[in-house]
Amino acid sequence: MLTSRKPYDAGKLSAVLLFLPPALLLFTVFVVMPIGEAAWYSGFNWNGFGTPKNWIGWDNYRFVFDNKAFGTAFKNNLLIIVVSLLVQLPLALSLALILARAFKGAVMLRMLFFMPYILAEIATGLIFSFVYDGEFGLLAAIYRHFDAQAPHLLASPDTSMLAILLVIVWKYFGFHMMLFIAALQGMDKNLVEAARVDGASRWQILRHIIIPLLRPTIKLSVFFAIIGSLQLFDLIMPLTRGGPADSSHTMVSFLYNFGVMRMRVGFGSAVGVILFVICVTFAFSYKRWFMRDE
Amino acid sequence: MNSEQDFSETGLDWAAFLKALYLLGVVLFVATPLVATVLGGFKSLGELRTNPFGLPQVWEWKNYADIVLSRRYWQLLQNSLIISSLTVILTLITASMAAFVFAHISFFGRNMLLNYITMGLLFPAATAILPLFIKVRDLGLLDHYLGVILPQVAFSLAMSILLLRRFFKELPEELLEAALVDGCSYLNFFRYVTLPLSRPILATVGTITFVHSWNAYLVPLVMLNSDSQYPWPMGIMIYQGEFSAEWHLILAFITLTLLPTIILFLFAQKHIVAGLTSGAVKG
Repeated sequence: MLTSRKPYDAGKLSAVLLFLPPALLLFTVFVVMPIGEAAWYSGFNWNGFGTPKNWIGWDNYRFVFDNKAFGTAFKNNLLIIVVSLLVQLPLALSLALILARAFKGAVMLRMLFFMPYILAEIATGLIFSFVYDGEFGLLAAIYRHFDAQAPHLLASPDTSMLAILLVIVWKYFGFHMMLFIAALQGMDKNLVEAARVDGASRWQILRHIIIPLLRPTIKLSVFFAIIGSLQLFDLIMPLTRGGPADSSHTMVSFLYNFGVMRMRVGFGSAVGVILFVICVTFAFSYKRWFMRDE
Repeated sequence: MNSEQDFSETGLDWAAFLKALYLLGVVLFVATPLVATVLGGFKSLGELRTNPFGLPQVWEWKNYADIVLSRRYWQLLQNSLIISSLTVILTLITASMAAFVFAHISFFGRNMLLNYITMGLLFPAATAILPLFIKVRDLGLLDHYLGVILPQVAFSLAMSILLLRRFFKELPEELLEAALVDGCSYLNFFRYVTLPLSRPILATVGTITFVHSWNAYLVPLVMLNSDSQYPWPMGIMIYQGEFSAEWHLILAFITLTLLPTIILFLFAQKHIVAGLTSGAVKG
């Protein structure tokens, strides 16, 4: 590299001073500072007007942890993670194994399955609130066909999360499928071929060759499923807004509902800081424990 | 060996059949809500109730026509287009400049700064949404497009810089050395060599940024107050609130607002898939 070549040094310096500041400034002002400020504001009881004066120490954090709805939101986030791992990833992986090979229609199916991922969460949520609608919805029509009373899935605290989980699988499995397809297509085919020549069955090849080779991608996919579920918000709003009876909040929709809507800056910031700590701790420990080889 | 082959030969048809059945199931699962939405927009409310799945008996073109001819629809798309395009342009400019420095110029503290930027990948904008709101308010940008654009650019920088830097680093180093020896400045090299050679990655980063910004809800929701500024995701939420029981109109509205996304997807699917997945593959 160009480290020790004197004539370029002046140009180097001016390039650095010209090119770096815009990005650094934007990033610092709108990403890093707000996180620091969230930590600061979370010590105040403040409605956002004037300057924060009413210092209450750790009370906001206590209020958050004492809030039953936050506990539910946290559990819902965990539930989303579990379903992502147990339902979404196997679905994505199995489809990738079928669709990674080139056959007529494979590309079209890949695109169809990927499509939900690029549709806005808001639109997706609205589409499914139609699907679940007790009177006009698709589900209701199926129940009517069997002369049964359609359940109002989104209107009951017992089923609201179930309904949301189905939408999550619908929307995101295609993304993970594409990750797996990309990995499968980049895979060394000779290994699989060699195993086949040696008489390994399809199942053995899958179990002992393909899955181990996919391990880095699986880890990555798990990582994205978890980070994604921790920031889930847009989908919740058109479906339930976190209700009924706060049964379907995620941590972010909780933050929006109890912090932003009511302009409780200190309280909302405390939720934000908790979420931040969870995300960062997770990201670092995951990288350290599971992705050490990369 | 032979018998095993025979086994798999006769088993093949069954396996193929089950696979096809499985694929069909997933196709129905994915496509049914989408198709029903598009078709629902062509039905009357009464027909939607009795026949939500099938083709409309009477095609009600009026549902769609009324929306396409309304100012409201175009206003929403225009707002979204302004916000998303400016977000893409600003992201590409600032991120590619920074990525150029990170890729080609070594200086004291470079890795530290790169790690600093990478931090942006670790947490969502939602964590700091309240301080972000207060900052945008104090800057006087509340209810301005810029109040949405600047935070969106800032939050897309981390991923964009990493993707661009990786691409820039793969361009032959000799090019830069030769250019510098010939007295070309970094600025000119960036402008006349790096950027033209990097069109594919710029298209990819631009497309991901566009899709994220086009679909974004939380930041506009918090920063904008007046209908005339709302991007389309906020617009359809309000539309749904106003016409809460008239599902046929809501479905038509959803279909029409999704149309630009789907058109973009058909034209730029290579960049979208590459961007959204490869962005993931090595972060």
